[in-house]
Amino acid sequence: MSGRQRNWEALSFQIAMTAIAVLALILIVSPSLVVVIVSFTSGFSLKFPPPGYSTRWYVELWNAWQLQFAARNSVVVAMWSTALSIVLGVAAALAISRSKALTAKLLDSLFMSPLVLPALAFGLAALMFFSLIGLPISLLTLVIGHTIVCVPYVVRNTVAALTQLEPTLLESSAILGASRLYTFRRIVLPLIRPGIISGAFIAFMSSFDNVPVSLFLRDAATDMLPIRMWQDLEGKLDVTIAALSSVLIIGTVALMAIMERTTGLSKRLTG
Amino acid sequence: MKSATTASATAPGDVTSFSLGLALPLGVVFAIFFVLPLAQLFYLSLHNDTAATVWGLGQYIKFLSDPFSLAVLGSTLLLGAEVTLACLVLGYPIAWLYQRSGSRVQTLIIMIVLLPLLTSVVVRTFAWIVILGRQGIINSVLQSLGLIGTPLRMIYTQGGLIAALAQVQMPLMVLPLITAIGRIDPNLADASASLGAGSWRTFVKVMLPLSMPGIIAGCTLTYAAAITAFITQSLIGGGQMLFMPMYLYQQASTLQNWPFAAAISIIFLFAVLAIVALFSMLGRRARGYGDAR
Repeated sequence: MSGRQRNWEALSFQIAMTAIAVLALILIVSPSLVVVIVSFTSGFSLKFPPPGYSTRWYVELWNAWQLQFAARNSVVVAMWSTALSIVLGVAAALAISRSKALTAKLLDSLFMSPLVLPALAFGLAALMFFSLIGLPISLLTLVIGHTIVCVPYVVRNTVAALTQLEPTLLESSAILGASRLYTFRRIVLPLIRPGIISGAFIAFMSSFDNVPVSLFLRDAATDMLPIRMWQDLEGKLDVTIAALSSVLIIGTVALMAIMERTTGLSKRLTG
Repeated sequence: MKSATTASATAPGDVTSFSLGLALPLGVVFAIFFVLPLAQLFYLSLHNDTAATVWGLGQYIKFLSDPFSLAVLGSTLLLGAEVTLACLVLGYPIAWLYQRSGSRVQTLIIMIVLLPLLTSVVVRTFAWIVILGRQGIINSVLQSLGLIGTPLRMIYTQGGLIAALAQVQMPLMVLPLITAIGRIDPNLADASASLGAGSWRTFVKVMLPLSMPGIIAGCTLTYAAAITAFITQSLIGGGQMLFMPMYLYQQASTLQNWPFAAAISIIFLFAVLAIVALFSMLGRRARGYGDAR
């Protein structure tokens, strides 16, 4: 009797937890699916389910030069910010990851702080700073601003990869007569490369998606995609945005699959 | 002589660590483009006029004595708490399910959780407009079931905003939870069961306390993200609800009132820091609890 009660008790727990988990997972996925389905509507509204299906909004997207202009800017800024983040971030990660010095700990907190501070405050601060030193806002100022908020991802992932690196490997390499540069090129870099790549991937995506910094540092000549989309949505509910959104969703899923294959992204983010 | 100085700079014979000097370039970039701007923001907030000539705490007094501003701050902090709670209740079971699944299901779960983290926040928010809208999925289902006659108004409501924000920020809660639950020794749950505790009791008395570091980390990230989520707040909350990010943006961009906007930023920044500090204090206590097991 008490055994059966125990079984029922355990079962009720498992059912409740599994049910909530499945519900939550559906909640996470369904918005993306809904957008992809709605983007193929033949109608003029975001009605769900759509009255009929067509690819007209993708044709519309092909002609939406404002969105394309903003998308090009966003890609350019994201590429430059990611490149800068890799160069600066990997060097910094090498310096701080194996050091016990207080300076290293302080630098680590400093480099991570853009993740915690409200980025909007930094966006405003950056705008005021650039206007004070007389640097007009351009793609360059956007790249600088984005680099600050994206570099933490590269630093964090590279530090994580470096802490898993066996120090004996470096010692063996040195004993066998390799120079430090050679050891770095042939031992360290190949071993931490997946960490750098997944950090760079997240940095790229977060730059491409950045709102708080772009909000202050862009203007009509340097329009950025998320801001353009936001302003379009504030004005009117355009189905073209749905087509663009599903292009972005499908692109993200494809990139994620590639990253999972090449660097094991999922294990890296939960390790 | 020369070689001695170089050696001491990089710790003699130590080939396993790298020179701290490698952090210099990023350190300089941060000093100029991160620390200086924030210092200037603080400097500007300490001026009473827009031209920044008269020193004073006028902007802070203006904010802290204005019921409207305080209400904006209060509702922002409350919104963060509601979203964080929703994420915790929905996110914990996902992390729990992840830890007892096979590796294929694990990869699937993690991909589902990561998808919203990596898709553009405007896209995610847009999806909620489609779902919550007058002709959206919820209204069409309810209408076809005959449960409602006219479409419900869900967009521009607090409930709709919390649902959208919870979905948008869910990954930030789930990822630390997965890590934390994975670190719990499974034998502890077995021990608890063999000592006669049921599943629910084991969950509350063993699992929850031991996963506290993950809960704290997840809550910190979710909270900070939810209260600064400018796009979702403005598109789903609409013009009726004003939160700190939009308030700050309006003062800075539309009204060009930079000293007041700077003061709002500083107040907002300190509110966020205070909450992060509170969470990390709770985290330290939780870790002490975990170690004492």
